[in-house]
Amino acid sequence: MSAETGLSANMTLLLIMGVLYACGIYLLLERSLTRVTLGLMLLANATNLLILVTGGYAGLAPLFTKGTDPKDYNDPLPQALILTSIVISFAVTAFMLGIIYRTWILGRQDVIADDTEDRKVANTPSFDAEDDAPIPDETTEFPLGSGADGRGDAHDGGMADDGAAAAAVVPSSDAVPSKGAGGVVAPPEGGSRGVDGGRA
Amino acid sequence: MNLAHLAPLAVLLPILGAALAFTLIRHPRAQRAVSVTVLSLTLTLESLLLASSWDGGTTAVRLGAWFPPFGIVMVVDAFSSLMLVVSSAVSLCVLIYASAQGASESGYDGPVSIFHPSYLILIAGVSNAFLSGDLFNLYVGFEILLTASYVLMTLGGTEQRIRAGVTYVVVSVVSSLLFLIAIAMIYASTGTVNMADLAGKLAQLDPGIQTLLHVMLLVAFGIKAAVFPLSFWLPDSYPTAPAPVTAVFAGLLTKVGVYAMVRTETLLFPGDTLNQPLMIVALLTMVVGILGAVAQNDIKRLLSFTLVSHIGYMVFGLALGSAAGLGAAVFYVAHHITIQTSLFLVAGLIELRAGSSSLDRLGGLGKLSPLLAVLFFVPAMNLAGIPPFSGFLGKLGLLQAGVAQGTGLAMVLVVGGVLASLLTLLAIARVWNRAFWRTTDDAEDPAPELLATGAAARRLMPRGMVAPTAALVVFGVALTVFAGPLFGVADRSAAQMLNRDAYIHAVLGQQAVVPAVPGAPAAEGGAR
Repeated sequence: MSAETGLSANMTLLLIMGVLYACGIYLLLERSLTRVTLGLMLLANATNLLILVTGGYAGLAPLFTKGTDPKDYNDPLPQALILTSIVISFAVTAFMLGIIYRTWILGRQDVIADDTEDRKVANTPSFDAEDDAPIPDETTEFPLGSGADGRGDAHDGGMADDGAAAAAVVPSSDAVPSKGAGGVVAPPEGGSRGVDGGRA
Repeated sequence: MNLAHLAPLAVLLPILGAALAFTLIRHPRAQRAVSVTVLSLTLTLESLLLASSWDGGTTAVRLGAWFPPFGIVMVVDAFSSLMLVVSSAVSLCVLIYASAQGASESGYDGPVSIFHPSYLILIAGVSNAFLSGDLFNLYVGFEILLTASYVLMTLGGTEQRIRAGVTYVVVSVVSSLLFLIAIAMIYASTGTVNMADLAGKLAQLDPGIQTLLHVMLLVAFGIKAAVFPLSFWLPDSYPTAPAPVTAVFAGLLTKVGVYAMVRTETLLFPGDTLNQPLMIVALLTMVVGILGAVAQNDIKRLLSFTLVSHIGYMVFGLALGSAAGLGAAVFYVAHHITIQTSLFLVAGLIELRAGSSSLDRLGGLGKLSPLLAVLFFVPAMNLAGIPPFSGFLGKLGLLQAGVAQGTGLAMVLVVGGVLASLLTLLAIARVWNRAFWRTTDDAEDPAPELLATGAAARRLMPRGMVAPTAALVVFGVALTVFAGPLFGVADRSAAQMLNRDAYIHAVLGQQAVVPAVPGAPAAEGGAR
């Protein structure tokens, strides 16, 4: 039944809608936050126009008066939908403006920054030092046989030595001669040679 | 039956609570009491709703007593009330966790006073989306939860969060606009936005137009649900938010998208129309998502990628289109909300205890905090689908449904599902090895908190935060223990959704013939 009523959309509105969509998408793809916000606003308004067009033909305001043909009324539902969507886009715009202000406070700029963690993951080499290192032949921590104790001690001792050396550096840098590292009799000139002695 | 007419309270209570919490913004203690009380009440109410629809009862609540094709309806059926109960239980745990965090550290990183009102509004939006029987009201529900989530995402306004927040806001707004455009198109072609009414009227449209509307809805919901080609925003934005916020987003928001997809596929566009593309998308979501997770070096980012991957399982069950597949998907949604949220809460605890969530900076947590290790281990194994946990049962149900389908593509999906599950185990095992099992000495760059001992270490794990996490982990285990009844209700709801009779009759009256429409006043339906 809708050859002349239901499907006849207003061409001007459609054209405006198309232009708004095009500009909105263009702005949305920018890196500047202000332009992104403007883009979102244009897109929201284009969508509002679209909903308006879906309401069909223009007509009377839908206030009931006796004796009016129901087809003379405008369809009120799309307008209610638009009203809701306007309120929502208002909230979003306000929030985006707050965000823009905050970025300006934080960085004196309003462009969207890269995700640093993302870059880090992307730049990770496929070789992982821990996962991909060649596995030593001897993987157990409790090797059998006579060398077991010696090996364990050597490992722990190595760690302890590092610790001792590191600890030795600290007092010796205070240049207190009598505290030369290890059991070595330190010459009175200073700590540095004492540390060397301790390592040797 | 009558009990279900209280459904609007599930939306109203949180909104009223938010208003009250907002007035108490200078009294954090009272604010906390208000929000916890309100959410507990909501949970109780929703449990009653679930009890009333447990055996498959469907009730439509007419808001303002307007008749359905014109007025807004809320529909309480097994699926929606199950989602409500699980989401409220999870969000209550997160709320207590967040309150404890706010109480223990009023620092830069903790939730600020705006947290409680925003959080309650988020819950109201989620409830509204689950209950909505009207496409535009669904959109409003989405917008309520999204607007609250923008605030929560950028809480504190640090540089990182603003950066992540912008991505999140823009992507969400674009998806909402797509949804709105789809609604406009649907209204233009059918003259109604009531979902039960649409079920009949969409079927009368030209198949080409049907496909267009169907794809538009799926794309809009796909962005929200983070289905593969539309999922890139999620791992980028979620990890930067405060831990409880990330946890509740990961648990609820994507699932609302999945819920909407389920309703679209079952109620609006039933039958095997776009199932094949959906299956391919599900496969890609599962595999690509989990490959991303394997590459990550930060627990929160890793978990975000597993979230994307496991959305694929739900889409898989949905795309099968069989009652078995859909039932398994419903079960999987309930399981995944709980598990993913508890994992993110544990990640927050790890961050507190060890000063970082980067795997390079962690080590020896298994020895330093065995409790934390248990709290991580149980949901992690559950996520990876190790028997006997609910993750295993859900995946088993999906795979069985896939095998029962028997087509080539379904078999490929079954293989993909197993592969994604194994890779989840790999990713989780990596976290376990590096954060919990290796010694503290092996950590590349340990934070000072990691090395803390004694009372200082105990102070890093506030009891108020550990308790809700433990409660959620126990809830996840309870889903395993009571998997039988849960699977029962999931199967019932799936059969109900595929049948559509109950839904359409509840909304449009018993005399409505599926998919016929009752005699509508001419001014609205007939003219266009």
